[in-house]
Amino acid sequence: MFTCKEYRKVETLEEAWQLNQKKSNLLIGGMLWVKMGHRNVRTVIDLSGLGLNEIEETEQEFRIGCMTTLRQLEQHEGLNRYTNGAIRESVCHIVGVQFRNGATVGGSVFGRFGFSDILTMLLAMDSYVELYKGGCIPLNEFVNRSRDRDVLVRVIIRKTPATFAYQSARNTRTDFPTLAAAVSCYNDTWHISVGARPGRAMLLTVKEPALLHERNPETIKPEERFAKYLSEYAAEHISVGTNLRGSAAYRRQLIKVLVKRACLEADRNQIRKQNS
Amino acid sequence: MQLTLHLNGIPICEEIAPDTLLLDFLRAHGCKSVKRGCETSNCGLCTVFLDGRPILSCSFLAARADGHAVTTLEGLQEEAKEFTAFIADQGAEQCGFCNPGFVMNALALFRENSDPDETEIKEYLAGNLCRCSGYEGQLRGIKNFLEWKKRGGAS
Repeated sequence: MFTCKEYRKVETLEEAWQLNQKKSNLLIGGMLWVKMGHRNVRTVIDLSGLGLNEIEETEQEFRIGCMTTLRQLEQHEGLNRYTNGAIRESVCHIVGVQFRNGATVGGSVFGRFGFSDILTMLLAMDSYVELYKGGCIPLNEFVNRSRDRDVLVRVIIRKTPATFAYQSARNTRTDFPTLAAAVSCYNDTWHISVGARPGRAMLLTVKEPALLHERNPETIKPEERFAKYLSEYAAEHISVGTNLRGSAAYRRQLIKVLVKRACLEADRNQIRKQNS
Repeated sequence: MQLTLHLNGIPICEEIAPDTLLLDFLRAHGCKSVKRGCETSNCGLCTVFLDGRPILSCSFLAARADGHAVTTLEGLQEEAKEFTAFIADQGAEQCGFCNPGFVMNALALFRENSDPDETEIKEYLAGNLCRCSGYEGQLRGIKNFLEWKKRGGAS
C-alpha cells in the first residue's frame, strides 16, 4: 500500500492535470492496482467528484467517464445490446462484484496493463480515448504510447454497426487471464484483439468483406473454414511470451482456439442480428 | 483531514490520516466483522456496503467515503439473522473465518436478485474465497435458503 501526505478530491480537470504534473503525486482510479505497490506519495488525486462516473449513450456513441466502474459496464443495457453481451463477458470474470464496483474504466485503460480484459475488449471496438490535453485519439494509438502525465477523461465508443465476441482462458476462476481475445467485424474488416500475451493487448485487422455475405449451405461450413484461417493468421502474427501463467507455445495454441471460437460466435451474432 | 460519513446509520465526523484505508477506519470503530484476509483485493472478507453497493474496504480510502453511507455486518443484524441462522443449521461452513464477507455479499445478491439461479449465485459470490468448504456446502445452503424463502420462510 502507498502512503500519502495529502488527499485531494479535485474540482476541475485543470486542477487534476496541474497536480498530476508532479512526479511525487499520484492520480488514482479505483486504486485496486496501485494499492498493491509501495510508494510514498505527496498528494493523491481523486477524480470522483467530477461527475465522470456515468455512461452517456447518444445516437452515435457511448461516452464512458473515466470513473465509471467495471460493474457499470457489465450492467449497461445499451452497451450489451450493441456488443451482443461481449462487454459483460469481458468483465464478469474479473475477481468479484465488490472488486468490479471499485475498479474503474479510466484506471484500467490508462494503466494499459497486459492482463487487462477490458482493454482487450475495447481495442476490438471503434473506440477512442479523450485526454485532457491530448484530445481525442484512437485507442489503438493510445495503447502503444508510453505513459505520460495527461489525464484520461473518457473512453468513447462509436456505434459503428458491428458484431462482437469475447473469449478468455483462465487457469482458475477469478485469476488474471492466461489469454484474452476479442473479435469484431465492422467496416468489412475483422478486428482481432489479443490480450494477456502476456504483454498489453495487440490489435490485428484483416480486411475480408466476403465472409458474412457469401454463405452457401451446400459447401462445408465456410464460416468455420474462415474462422480457422483467421485464428491461424492471428497465431502467426501476434507475438506472445512466457510467464508463470503459461508458455509462449501454449499461448499460441490458445490464440488458435479462442480466436476461432470468438469468430464463430461473432458470426452467429451477426446472423442473429440480421434475422431479428 | 476531516471525514464525515454515516456508519451503520450513525453520523461520524473526525480527523483521519489521508491514507487511512476504510477497512482500518471501520475496525477502529468497533466493526470487527470487517477483516483483512488477503491484502490483494481478492478474498472478499473486507466487504462492506457503500451506499448499498458491496465494495472491498481493504482497497478503498476512507477519505473517499466522505459524505457517503457505509454499512457493515454490525449494521445489518436484523437482515442477516435469518440467513446466517439458516446457513449455520445447514452446516454449510467449517471454520467460519470467511463468513462475514460471504454474508455481506450474499445479502447484496439477494437485494439485487431475489431469485438467482446457480450460475448467478456462483458468479456473484466468485469474489468471496473460502479455503475449507470448497463452496459446495455454501452453495447448497443458499439454494435451500432460497427454496425455504419461496415456501414462506419462517412465517
